[in-house]
Amino acid sequence: MFTSTFSASAALLTSVCASVSTVVKIRDLIKKGELLVVKKNSLNTISIFKKATYSLVFAIVASIFSFGVSLNSATAAQENEAVIYGVISDKDGIPLSGIKISAVGPDGFENQVATDGQGAWQIVTKATGAYEISIDEKSLPEGQGLTNPERATVKVSVFMLGIDLAIQFPIGVGVVKATRLERAPQLALDGLILGLIIALAALGLNLIFGTTGLTNFAHGEILTMGGIVTYYLSSSVGVPVIIAVPLSILITAAGAGWAQNQYLWKPLRKRGTGLIAMLVVSIGFAIFVRYFFLFIFGGDTEQLPEYAGQAGLDLGLLSITPKSIITTIFAIIFLILATLWLLKTKMGKASRAVADNPALASASGIDVEKVIRSVWILGAALAAYAGIILTINQGVSFLMGQDTLLLIFAAVTLGGLGTANGALIGSLFIGLLVQLSTLFIPTELKYVGALLVLILILIIRPQGILGKRERIG
Amino acid sequence: MQERNSNSADFFAKVEMVPGAKKMDPILVADKISRSFGGLTAVDVDHLEVQRGAITALIGPNGAGKTTFFNLLTGYDKPNKGEWSLNGKKLNDMPSFRVARLGMVRTFQLTKALYRLTVIQNMALAAKDQKGESLLRSLFPFTWRKQEAEIRLRSEEILKKFKLIDKKDDFAAALSGGQRKLLELARALMVEPELIMLDEPMAGVNPALKQSLLEHIKDLRTQGKTVLFVEHDMDMVMEISDWVVVMAQGKIIAEGPPKSIINNQDVITAYLGAHHDTELDENSESMASKNSKGGVSQ
Amino acid sequence: MDFLFIIQQTLGATIGVNTIIFALAAIGLNMHFGYTGLLNFGQAGFLAVGAYSVAVSVMSFEIPLFIAFLIGILNSVLFALILGIPTLRLRADYLAIVTIAASEIIRKVARSATFNDLLGGSDGISGKFGKDFFDLNPFKSGLETSIIRFSGNDLWVVIVGWAIVAIITFLMWVMVNSPWGRVLKAIREDEDAVSSLGKNVYLYKMQSLIIGGVIGSIAGFIYALSRQSVQPDNYSTALTFFAYTVLILGGAARVFSPIIGAMIFWFLIVFIEQMLRQAVTAGYIPEWLIGVNQVGQIRFMLMGLGLMLLMIYRPQGIFGDKKELALDARA
Repeated sequence: MFTSTFSASAALLTSVCASVSTVVKIRDLIKKGELLVVKKNSLNTISIFKKATYSLVFAIVASIFSFGVSLNSATAAQENEAVIYGVISDKDGIPLSGIKISAVGPDGFENQVATDGQGAWQIVTKATGAYEISIDEKSLPEGQGLTNPERATVKVSVFMLGIDLAIQFPIGVGVVKATRLERAPQLALDGLILGLIIALAALGLNLIFGTTGLTNFAHGEILTMGGIVTYYLSSSVGVPVIIAVPLSILITAAGAGWAQNQYLWKPLRKRGTGLIAMLVVSIGFAIFVRYFFLFIFGGDTEQLPEYAGQAGLDLGLLSITPKSIITTIFAIIFLILATLWLLKTKMGKASRAVADNPALASASGIDVEKVIRSVWILGAALAAYAGIILTINQGVSFLMGQDTLLLIFAAVTLGGLGTANGALIGSLFIGLLVQLSTLFIPTELKYVGALLVLILILIIRPQGILGKRERIG
Repeated sequence: MQERNSNSADFFAKVEMVPGAKKMDPILVADKISRSFGGLTAVDVDHLEVQRGAITALIGPNGAGKTTFFNLLTGYDKPNKGEWSLNGKKLNDMPSFRVARLGMVRTFQLTKALYRLTVIQNMALAAKDQKGESLLRSLFPFTWRKQEAEIRLRSEEILKKFKLIDKKDDFAAALSGGQRKLLELARALMVEPELIMLDEPMAGVNPALKQSLLEHIKDLRTQGKTVLFVEHDMDMVMEISDWVVVMAQGKIIAEGPPKSIINNQDVITAYLGAHHDTELDENSESMASKNSKGGVSQ
Repeated sequence: MDFLFIIQQTLGATIGVNTIIFALAAIGLNMHFGYTGLLNFGQAGFLAVGAYSVAVSVMSFEIPLFIAFLIGILNSVLFALILGIPTLRLRADYLAIVTIAASEIIRKVARSATFNDLLGGSDGISGKFGKDFFDLNPFKSGLETSIIRFSGNDLWVVIVGWAIVAIITFLMWVMVNSPWGRVLKAIREDEDAVSSLGKNVYLYKMQSLIIGGVIGSIAGFIYALSRQSVQPDNYSTALTFFAYTVLILGGAARVFSPIIGAMIFWFLIVFIEQMLRQAVTAGYIPEWLIGVNQVGQIRFMLMGLGLMLLMIYRPQGIFGDKKELALDARA
């Protein structure tokens, strides 16, 4: 059901976009009186019809494909039952299997289940009422325990059948607490990795802000798309993850990068839409896309079929999984490549010029639209990879982008909106801050700490770490 | 060509024509003001005194630091060091709105007419000590209605003088560029300032309106107000200023009555560059004499 | 398709509790963004502060309800101060990010296990903390007509709610059309110009933030009372964004527009949802395209899409003046 709905929706969306843009173009041409004059502007009309044909063909092919492939996903709830479910994963997001969950409910309802290979469990109920779901802490592995041992039992109220309920049992470091000093290196490493993930997304966001002035609230959804496409390719279509990853980057760079600029932002820029208006549009777009993902993907966190439950390599005070090592190395490579692109290549320098002064850049012969297009594609590719790393490490959910977005903004703001290096420094700072703060505050509040520090720094230095103060007058 | 207020001759009769010269009755005194951005020193003024009741021009090539200096004096930027005072009252660390309340009002290079307010609203806004502007009193119109009516009357009088009265209910955005400049000047007058700082009042104004603006500025002097303005338009500088201060590369390099400034070697060098006369050939002498007549054109 | 049911639900929603809550939240935002130009993206935080203040005061500290309201307003002022003192000097974009951060901090703290005892964690707080309020209800039997229906408690909330909306709207109207309001509108245009005329811009912005925030907290009171429960995830950034949708729909910087915007918003949302739900149940829309349980998600998708189209094609909303909007150099 997932596949067919996904493809059908994708086809639907594509054909809608294509038809809308075709109609708009045709309307414009008619307005200008050029459609009916098949003389010098026949090139326009021909390209219109070319585009329309291509999109129609694509839509038809995609629909056929979607009806051809079908797969059963996990059952969504039916109307006469309510499923209480969850995923148990440890503090690093690695799923834990074989954990015992028990439930007690009205009319003597009793049930016991264990988590599967993906760490997932579910309890099916057929009556409304109050239930108590408990986790058997003894079934947790060594060194893992509930972050809040008093919440081993959770009360849940099933008030309507047909609606599923998710329960969290957050797992933390466990009963044996290492000293702060001992935990610090691991947290610092986790923080650096988180910082790199944020940096990948922040670089794109910053470039887009710099060249177009748009504060893109929909940037997080690009991460989600990267993860979802990878999931779809590897679990539904059956492509090995190693191939799915670069494929997903390409698809997301095209769909969420090039297409987003081409069909949404470029027309708005041409209309002269103001920056604050575009900001609000990006918010609406983010909501639309996020719930579209929920619609086609469901509310669960899904793991990739490979590499999900990898064990970490024990290096004394540090532990890191091989997949982390590889993805991090590639992250660093991509960041270096992106920075080199910015500094050395013609397009990169052009984009810095446009970010500095679009009118001047254009007057100097730089094709501003081309620069913006490349920036969107690059930014989306980087963000897609960031989403992929998150997916490989902890699975993908429709909320993944939104959760990370605030951190990305924090990083960019901290580094100084619009400065290229600032995004990197801000990201590493936020990553380290988020992870190291758990030395002093509960894990569930680690984002809070980072956000508080963000606010504090902005009080002292409103332009961020690397930003320049604005001149008045 | 120049109409001088008879007073102005007295003001500057005994004043030395050197940078930082002491004036007879300064309204504004500034000492050792410096502002650097990174490694670049934008402003480094040793001493400046502005004569009360006179029109002083602040000129200099682009990048000389004039607007930055304005910003520093009026509280829109913080200097790295320096002290300055208005009527003896120290202005260091004073926020810009307080500086305005003390009587030093500035305009901006890029007009800041409030576009979505009407002309008359722009004017009424500027009035001082409005009871209705307090949050609590705003809830009780009877406390501020009378004062509001008085403010409207005063606004209309000034608008009539500036010939903007017909536009009083139009949005400020509907005015032409030159009219907006007039509005900004008219609005500044509502604040009843002692010292008016105009940042390039003539920029982008068509010649017809220029004369009108000039007359209004001269009128300010007649009313006893002090004017300090930044300009590139040398005709204007020559026509109405009583005293000229020249800045270059952040420092004040010359002071004096307008006539003395044109022939000042330092000033010419600042505008044209150090070896301006060595690169030219036989034509150099005619070039130099042409330049000294009407000031430098940019 | 049960059209009578659809009409009942839709009409009920148009003048119902959610409309009141969103109208108040949007009136607060109107003060912030419509009249002062402050990009406050943390309005949900103000609602949360109001709601939690009431619930916690009554449930944990057994403070009488009406004193709890006062505590809520006080907390709201405090929150505005904490939010405003550092941020009002920042650029608009920075202000947006910081206010989102602040409201997310509130939500995360409210749902944290660490403060579970006081704030109820992710389950929130439920209980009869509105008892004093509902005891005053003279319409305990509610309203039963063919086209609209309210339970006793809901009817009381709706009546009192609209009375509050009317009073606050009136006060807004007076304030905004006074010299104080004029300064706000000028600040929205250009802060530097206003300070060059001797006005303390920072003070006005702070006053605006506080007033708009308190109005938001009152919306939070109603949110908490109407459901007799406070759930942290209800006060997420989505709430703020939809309040903006309501505001823009009606046309920012018009005193009545949040009310009309809220009514139209909820009318459309409930109408579309009911139509979709019935169409799916009745089989007009195939199950493989939209499942019954996905109607809620479609609803959100449409809300997001609606916000986009609104900003692109009619940013002045229903009552706004396109010319006036076109004059704004920034937006």
